[in-house]
Amino acid sequence: MLKIEKLSVRYGTVHAVQDLDLAVAEGELVALLGPNGAGKSSTIEAIIGLVAAGGRVEMDGQDISRLPPELRIRRGLALSPEGRRVFAGLTVAENLRLAAATRRDRAGVRADTDRFMELFPVLRARMHQPAGTLSGGEQQMLAIARALMTRPRLLLLDEPSLGLAPRIVQRIFEVIAELKAGGMTILLVEQNAAHALRLADRAYVLGAGRLQYQGPARDLASDRLMSLYIGG
Amino acid sequence: MEYALQQLLNALAFGAEYALVALGLAVVFSIMGLVNFAYGEIIAASAYAVLLAVAVGLAAPLAAVGLAIAMGILASVLLERVAFRPVRRAPLTTGLLTAFGVSIVLQNLFQLFISPRPQALPLLNGLNQTLMVGPYAVSSLQLMQLATAIVAGGALVWFLNRTTLGIAMRAAAGDFATVRLQGIRADRVVAAAFALSGLLAGIAAVFVLARRGSVAPDMGFMLVLKAFVACVIGGFGSLAGAALGGMVLGFIEVGLLVLLPAEYGGIKETLTYCIVIALLLLRPEGLMGTRRELGDKEA
Ligand SMILES: Nc1ncnc2c1ncn2[C@@H]1O[C@H](COP(=O)(O)OP(=O)(O)OP(=O)(O)O)[C@@H](O)[C@H]1O
Ligand SMILES: [Mg+2]
Repeated sequence: MLKIEKLSVRYGTVHAVQDLDLAVAEGELVALLGPNGAGKSSTIEAIIGLVAAGGRVEMDGQDISRLPPELRIRRGLALSPEGRRVFAGLTVAENLRLAAATRRDRAGVRADTDRFMELFPVLRARMHQPAGTLSGGEQQMLAIARALMTRPRLLLLDEPSLGLAPRIVQRIFEVIAELKAGGMTILLVEQNAAHALRLADRAYVLGAGRLQYQGPARDLASDRLMSLYIGG
Repeated sequence: MEYALQQLLNALAFGAEYALVALGLAVVFSIMGLVNFAYGEIIAASAYAVLLAVAVGLAAPLAAVGLAIAMGILASVLLERVAFRPVRRAPLTTGLLTAFGVSIVLQNLFQLFISPRPQALPLLNGLNQTLMVGPYAVSSLQLMQLATAIVAGGALVWFLNRTTLGIAMRAAAGDFATVRLQGIRADRVVAAAFALSGLLAGIAAVFVLARRGSVAPDMGFMLVLKAFVACVIGGFGSLAGAALGGMVLGFIEVGLLVLLPAEYGGIKETLTYCIVIALLLLRPEGLMGTRRELGDKEA
């Protein structure tokens, strides 16, 4: 579904990502791991079009690397960004309404809203509350619901468990598992590698902008992971 | 009593005009971070459109109002397209310089193709009549300004809170990139902001025309300068602040006019800005602005 060839991202003289090849097949959950500053977010942002990048990004066999982010969303990509980035001054309902802006199926939007309220019951009581007043966990749930509202076929999740209490992290991973079970294709960036690898089919490990490892998640879940993170 | 009432209406009418133009500046600033110093020329362009229409024989006041508003929207959207869009990703100072450049170019175009001197245009003078409301003589133009500002303000609030495009504009004021992640076209949101801003410029042009009965290349300059001050008073980037700042400025000006003896009329402007400075010393972030944490100053 998604195919990336020789992706490079530079910020001035900093090579955040270099010559990265990566692919995600339909229905797969792929984990993208690596230490802080490895280039994970840069990769995600290059895929969605928020940062300029060299190389090629293909969705369904079509080159999308020249498209602005809004048109990549329309091709079926969606991102729950690092740091959540909910619209703080807008209510939960308004956040979701914006995500549905490009959809014409009113009934479908209503059905999806109900579905997300079931997935994240805490949001239901807060529909008309400014998103900035939500707790970190609630904001993360809103960020995921908002990404799903655009009806993606490939969901990009950048550190959905960052800074959250264990119980909330648990809930987030349950939701990711449910989405996967429902057939959603997911590219997941996580610091919480052990957790991510339990769900993932395959994994990529970045280090200093370069690919360090790729393969089945099962193989990586062993002690090899630790050595990769520390020694490389 | 009558005098007090008359001055109150004066203050409200001036305030309403400043508020309208300040809103026009703030709508664009809140989203783009751009102070559109060419805004005065958009107002002038609307007025010149009416001048040209009259020159070719169209002389219906109502049509002129519609034309001025349409021209405001068109000029604003067109400017965004040809001048501001190419520098959207450039540093903010580039946008500011572009706006200054556009302002000068447009003024020169008006001077070159029409005339550097004011041209009489009495078509809309009829809007400015003295009405008797009971025992009071009031200006119909001032009442209209007040009513229009209230209606326009209400419509703006409705638009920003009830329509998807309006909600997107509010969201874009905080985080434009994430708005694009909702599949919403950035160009659409920006164009909408400029269209809205141009609409307000067109309305302002109608009022300026009705009051002065003539057009001139620099006719929008002072008004936009005042509106800029209103934005600063209210807190730059805040729409409510722009409206409030406009009203406050109107009341300061008229208040000084009333309180100062006629022979001191010349220092009215100076005193106005002294009061503005005092306000900003009390609330540096503006009346409705949000305070930014910058740490404590060393004594
Ligand atoms: N806007 C930017 N300007 C300059 N350098 C940047 C920018 N964004 C990221 N970088 C640099 O690029 C490198 C990769 O950053 P990136 O955010 O992609 O890493 P990451 O793997 O997501 O890290 P983390 O796990 O901490 O989120 C880092 O060295 C970072 O300092
Ligand atoms: Mg990151």
